[in-house]
Amino acid sequence: MLEEIGKTEEGDLIINIGPQHPSTHGVLHLVITLNGETVKKVEPHLGYIHRSIEKMSESLSYRQFIYATSRMDYLSSHINNHGCALCVEQGLEVEIPERAQVIRVLMGELTRIASHVLWWGALAMDVGAITPFFHAFRERELLNDLMEETCGARLTMNYMVPGGVMFDLHPNFQRRVHEFISMFKSKIGEYDELVTNNAIFINRMKGVGYISREDAISYGCSGPVARASGVSCDIRKLYPYDIYGKVQLEEVLDDGGDCYARYIVRMKEMQQSLSVIEQLIDNIPSGDHMAKTKAVLKLPKGEYYSRVETARGEFGVYIVSEGKMTPYRIKYRSPGFSNLSAIDHMARGQKIGDLVAIMGSLDLVIPDIDR
Amino acid sequence: MALFLEFVIAGLLCIGLFAILGLVLVLMERKVSAYMQIRLGPNRVGPKGALQTLADTLKLLSKEGLTPRGADRFLFNLAPFVAMIGTMLLLAPIPFAKGFQLWDINIGVLYISAVSSLAVISILLAGWASNNKYSLLGAMRSGAQIVSYELSAGLSIIAIVVLTGSLSISDIIASQADGWWIFKGHLPVWIAFVTFIIAVTAETNRAPFDLAEAESELTAGFHTEYSGMKFALFFLAEYINIFIVCAIGAILFFGGWMPFHIGNWEGFNRIMDYIPSSVWFFGKTFFLIFVIMWFRWTFPRLRIDQLLNLEWKYLLPISMVNVLLITLVAILGWHF
Repeated sequence: MLEEIGKTEEGDLIINIGPQHPSTHGVLHLVITLNGETVKKVEPHLGYIHRSIEKMSESLSYRQFIYATSRMDYLSSHINNHGCALCVEQGLEVEIPERAQVIRVLMGELTRIASHVLWWGALAMDVGAITPFFHAFRERELLNDLMEETCGARLTMNYMVPGGVMFDLHPNFQRRVHEFISMFKSKIGEYDELVTNNAIFINRMKGVGYISREDAISYGCSGPVARASGVSCDIRKLYPYDIYGKVQLEEVLDDGGDCYARYIVRMKEMQQSLSVIEQLIDNIPSGDHMAKTKAVLKLPKGEYYSRVETARGEFGVYIVSEGKMTPYRIKYRSPGFSNLSAIDHMARGQKIGDLVAIMGSLDLVIPDIDR
Repeated sequence: MALFLEFVIAGLLCIGLFAILGLVLVLMERKVSAYMQIRLGPNRVGPKGALQTLADTLKLLSKEGLTPRGADRFLFNLAPFVAMIGTMLLLAPIPFAKGFQLWDINIGVLYISAVSSLAVISILLAGWASNNKYSLLGAMRSGAQIVSYELSAGLSIIAIVVLTGSLSISDIIASQADGWWIFKGHLPVWIAFVTFIIAVTAETNRAPFDLAEAESELTAGFHTEYSGMKFALFFLAEYINIFIVCAIGAILFFGGWMPFHIGNWEGFNRIMDYIPSSVWFFGKTFFLIFVIMWFRWTFPRLRIDQLLNLEWKYLLPISMVNVLLITLVAILGWHF
């Protein structure tokens, strides 16, 4: 692939999609080579929103560095925080109270729904239907409101800390989650009527952006993108963390491998998340919301790795500690980066309209790809 | 002299109607979309936001009309005017009420089909002259699209022409005095009507066939480089085009200004006659406009190959067979 860069043939049209473009949802820059309407090659260019979060974290303490991760995949900020907290806890060898575990999982699943709902609206907008975006925000708004009550934030939550969660739940939390569940259940049928069963939508999605199981593995895809190609990779099932081992959760798999399969997987995942929330919301154990930890955290010398399943896929945190107050090195494995790397493979030979649909179906969050 | 004065007055009225329709339709689009998207829509300028589009127009008037470097200056600046002139010419043969027609030409329907093809020239000019790749792609898409869909639109118009036996718009309306064609013509007219609505939605570049603009793919398609009033002219022309195609739909299938009449129910027909003919015309037209807006805010966009497949593999063969059917109906006198 490297030798192909910059190579053009007679009749090729090279177009920059982005960094400012309505369908890249951020500052992604794709250089595409077109032959008429057909995409011949896609080269993603990154670096427009690089904030060197990993390097910055080397000078931040183990309590502070977590906050930067909310700014990576801002739609799964709870889950990013969760992954970092798990990694630090692994080094500290602290026992997390069960209440904190349940709260973390609840927040994580609510985040997943909020993220998938936004993705649903954005995907529909990418293929040209604008109305679903507003309907999606109606539901997302409820989730943001109920998280705001507990965490004080709506986007960059910074709620999960090493040892548990920062504050206890707001007294309204359970009632509002119940309200959300009943509201969401009545609306999810609307989603299917408006988008899923629409003939134009199905035509735009079916058979577009196909990636086989083998290719999905070799590109390192994870999350719904890989599961839509039949790769079993749900971290919540394979390496359960916190109380995921105790809840009933089905891994959603599909072997379509195309945009429609990715769509269906995410739609079903929302149902799964909803069922996890329903199992836990009335069974939040009482007790502390945080384990006792020292004021200054120091991880013993060594290497630590933890992984969580964000709304986009596997998020890995790798910490190398020298036993000091700050990490020696940090590396994040972000799901979006690997998923984006497959875009050239998926889009070759398709039309420009398909490229936009593929981008939508990958559910890209650019600050997550470009840390 | 008197003739000249008449032309000036008619021209000014045409421009006035053009502007007012633009303002009303843009506001209507925004209100309809807001209603479908659980929003309020414009509600600050004037009562219930009624003056919002006026404020927008003033803003656009005061903006700089940029011409990008490397663009073909002459063609670039010409394109919006071609779009507008083409649209204004279409206003001439449309009867807005009983006896209220600027130009009762005896080949009105043919004139409309011919002049409406001018729209593609302005889009091609704009896309080519902008010296922008997005614009060029949008223009080429639109060229393929408009030329294809004109066939189905034309064939569904022919269906009514066959039934009426006349190309004159006033004759077509007069033939619907005892009932609109949509009721008199059985299934073939329904097929023609559905084909017509799909084809004109595509011809006016409206979603789900807005591939020439395709916001999420080509940013703004053929008018990416336009700003200020030049952009506004394209925008206006698009909305007036919608009005005109819906007016034609109303004339051909719903009887234009003709009130709702049932056979020889004298009393009922007379009550219907009390409603002014302009109300009938605008009511029908705006209903069709609402339907086209409904499409836009509900459906995703088609892909370019699916768009052309729809026309050449489905709509065109269906409307060809339909013309045969209609001819059969007309010859055998099966319609009411």
